[in-house]
Amino acid sequence: MNAQRDALAALKQRLLPHGQDGARAAFFSTGVPELDGPLGGGLPLGALHEVYARAPADSAAASGFALALAIRGAGKKPLLWVRQDFADGEAGRLHAPGLVELGRDPASLVLVRARDASGVLRAGLEALRCGALGAVGLDLWGEPGLLDLTASRRFALAAAASGVPAIMVRIAAKPQPSAALTRWSVAAAPSRPLLANAPGAPSFSIRLLRHRAGLEARDWHVEWDRDRCSFREGSPRPEGSTLSRPVVPLPAHRPFAAGQTGDLRRAG
Amino acid sequence: MRLAAVDARAVELGLVPGLTLADARVRTPDLLVADHDPLADADFLQRLADGCCRYTPLVAVRGADGLVLDITGCAHLFGGEAPLARDIFARLARRKLAARCAIAGTPDAAFALARHGRQGAVPPGQEAHAVRGLPLRALGAAPEIVTALNRAGLKTIADLAARPRAPLAARFGDDLLGRLDRTLGRIDIRITPHRAAPSCIVERCFPEPIARSEDFEAALDMLLGKAVRTLEERHEGGRIFEASFFRTDGRVRYIVVETGRPSRDCKSLMRLYREKLDSLADPLDPGFGFDLIRLAILHSESLDPAQQSLDGRQVDDEEITALVERLSARFGRDRVLRYAPQDTHDPQREATLRPAVEAQVETASWREPLADDPPARPLHLFEPPQPIETLAEVPDGPPLKFRWRRVMHEIARAEGPERIAPEWWRTDAATRDYYRVEDAAGHRFWVFRDGLYGRDTERPRWFMHGLFA
Repeated sequence: MNAQRDALAALKQRLLPHGQDGARAAFFSTGVPELDGPLGGGLPLGALHEVYARAPADSAAASGFALALAIRGAGKKPLLWVRQDFADGEAGRLHAPGLVELGRDPASLVLVRARDASGVLRAGLEALRCGALGAVGLDLWGEPGLLDLTASRRFALAAAASGVPAIMVRIAAKPQPSAALTRWSVAAAPSRPLLANAPGAPSFSIRLLRHRAGLEARDWHVEWDRDRCSFREGSPRPEGSTLSRPVVPLPAHRPFAAGQTGDLRRAG
Repeated sequence: MRLAAVDARAVELGLVPGLTLADARVRTPDLLVADHDPLADADFLQRLADGCCRYTPLVAVRGADGLVLDITGCAHLFGGEAPLARDIFARLARRKLAARCAIAGTPDAAFALARHGRQGAVPPGQEAHAVRGLPLRALGAAPEIVTALNRAGLKTIADLAARPRAPLAARFGDDLLGRLDRTLGRIDIRITPHRAAPSCIVERCFPEPIARSEDFEAALDMLLGKAVRTLEERHEGGRIFEASFFRTDGRVRYIVVETGRPSRDCKSLMRLYREKLDSLADPLDPGFGFDLIRLAILHSESLDPAQQSLDGRQVDDEEITALVERLSARFGRDRVLRYAPQDTHDPQREATLRPAVEAQVETASWREPLADDPPARPLHLFEPPQPIETLAEVPDGPPLKFRWRRVMHEIARAEGPERIAPEWWRTDAATRDYYRVEDAAGHRFWVFRDGLYGRDTERPRWFMHGLFA
């Protein structure tokens, strides 16, 4: 019995460094090679990522992008999302059927509703220490004074210790220095239209504002593919209808989409 | 205005309840009066009842100014019935309250004696003798019955007890005889306590009141340890724990924690209590100290000793349950939530939020989206929907542009309508035509027209209901 226990302990000792290294080196890919490539294989798991809405009107896009990242990062593990009450009034509350439409079972999401920013931060930090979670999301509205470099450093450390990605959504806030590993600015982008000019899959225009490794700012255009639970490359410019039709040759000096706005088709 | 209640001094001066205030003022010009506030009185009585829970878990409020304590099996903890009564008097006197107290075999006998007879304890089986001389009012029957009996020459309980029962029952009903039997000690009934008696109670009395938080946390820790041992013997785990802190001045504070699954893990329970105590909106105020701390398990479920599986999945689940419990204890159970699907098409009621510490019962399932379809439901939903001004090509078509929050949005793509009608038994809501629209900048919205054009309304109103990612 004792011998067995010793053997087990020795085995654990041998595996321990691997496990830790594994956690530190663990990445989750976004599913878009053009995005993963420059990032060095994807986003690190145990780190803080910030997602800024480019304008307050992009709140849903920022939330959607952050949720999509969390879904990629969490895998099968449950999600915990902390939301400020104020955001519910301004941007609407998180709608469970909308989560289903993003490819996540709402049953595996725990929602914490915090009264104010300090509640969001406290609950988020507490949750981040629990290694059993897949990802922790925080929705913050505005620029709370509490969220300074020290606070974000605390988040980064907690994420690194537990290996759980923390994704902080900032709406109505200007990008500030923080301990985040990556910082994104997200805006809604025109989707690839479907048949009869229907709005298509969620698409985002994302900009990498900062990366700890010193990558320079870059823009991408990505769509979320619910069926594969993965991002895919989106079309950078809005196209017209996918149906074929005669087109007027475009003059070389005018933008492609200039003649396309206002082109409406009746739907339904 | 009349006097509702008077104190001992006023009685000496000849003032009685029911006297008009004007008369009383004439008799005693320097009379002090306060407005009668029955609700505050009831509230105070309720608090006294809470305070009396230190003697027995079975305390009932009776009438507007009475408490009944079932001290069966509890008296010896205080050195007997008489010392217990003395302790009650001492505590009430400290708060300058006058009281009358009687101890008898049945609640009715004790009540009649306390109000109309001799105070003190009645030896077992002697109730009939003790209440003999009491007036009929002591039975607590309706005043007209008492008056009728008095007119018939029956003044005391002994008079009534001597009469044949059948005519009395025929004339005044069973209620009177029931009261008589209970007062004479022939029939015993249980009282209905104002707080349900829990399945397990452990408590700790302190000879000197304690006021430091380390001290009462240590006491709580010890009580939890004791309760957990009881639970272990019963093969049970507690779900709802209630700690009561009895202050020396009679106030009682209850702190409840709830766990997501049956638990008898002393450490995690103590952690929950610490979280709870740290996050109280009005912190636990010991005043002059607590002299009794009690821990009750209000709800428990069977919990058999289980072996942990090796794959770690169960450990993960447990970690998350523990996290949910901690967050619930700190932020409140209605702040840590999970979504539950509802069997309806109404977007507002499609999902409900339930406390995550509660057991989840799935009654419906989420609508499965079709492969390759864009999201049909928004990620964010406005509650209530926000009105928008729209401009449409035709009244029953999708809008061309709309104004929302003072910003004009030109619609570049639209799909719809998706017609969602309320259930037929709901007549207060109109049928809605939902459109998924995208503006030129790429923001996607879920808008609807309230009511069908031409059928429900001539000028349908438009609303913004949600935002797509």
